[in-house]
Amino acid sequence: MPDLNQYLVLSAILFGIGTAGVFLRRNSITVLLSIEIMLNAVNLTFVAFGRALGSADGQIIVFFVMTVAAAEAAVGLAIVIGLFRHRESLNPDVFTTLKW
Amino acid sequence: MGSELLLFYAFGAIAIVASLLVIAQKNPIYSVLLLIASFGALSGLYVLLEAPFVAVIQIIVYAGAIMVLFLFVVMLLNAPHEDTEHDLHLHPLLRGGPLRFGAALAVALIVELGWALTKDGGEAGAFPGGAVTSVSAIGRSLFTDYAFAFEVTSILILVAMVGAVVLARREPGTK
Repeated sequence: MPDLNQYLVLSAILFGIGTAGVFLRRNSITVLLSIEIMLNAVNLTFVAFGRALGSADGQIIVFFVMTVAAAEAAVGLAIVIGLFRHRESLNPDVFTTLKW
Repeated sequence: MGSELLLFYAFGAIAIVASLLVIAQKNPIYSVLLLIASFGALSGLYVLLEAPFVAVIQIIVYAGAIMVLFLFVVMLLNAPHEDTEHDLHLHPLLRGGPLRFGAALAVALIVELGWALTKDGGEAGAFPGGAVTSVSAIGRSLFTDYAFAFEVTSILILVAMVGAVVLARREPGTK
């Protein structure tokens, strides 16, 4: 049976992949997807610690994280749509001015 | 090697490989579909952790709702592929300074991870028995101890909904 350490290592690897995606990709949608990977890595940590401590709190916090992730995805994608309408691009390096 | 350990490695490998492919794909559609596969593997890991409630909402909410929203936006925008040769000139992380700094941070992360794993004396070993698996226990805790946070969450969802509608609305007068 896998122990807590293995879950934490897996979570750290997934979080690292998500971080690399945020910094390396030049596509706003892929950046948002990488943020979802990071949120899921944190969720895995919460559930693993909740299991190790024998309480329901870890699973409840995952519930809240999912709610915030849904809100973040809705607003983030709306912003991406708005930016795409203005600039016809998804590359975040193109969006260098706050007002035009 | 027990079957649970085998399943852990299988699900973990699927999650890592799918996540790596998510950030390696040029086409956002493939990224979204691969991320759904990664979430499925994570859902299996939650089952292994005896958290069936989280496993189910992972599939329904994440893979079912949030990823469909992403897929919808990708198809709506008919997004162009990433312009790689343009990136090579423009990418700020490919300049010398940030590249070396990032490499140093990555090496530090690997060294720290290796140190934390090889250091003995940690108490975190096998999981104890008696996991909270029942949905009724989670629901009771959610609506008593976390009732305030739950209500705040509903306001957050409302604000996000209004914000998304306002942001994605076309300006009146423009076509």
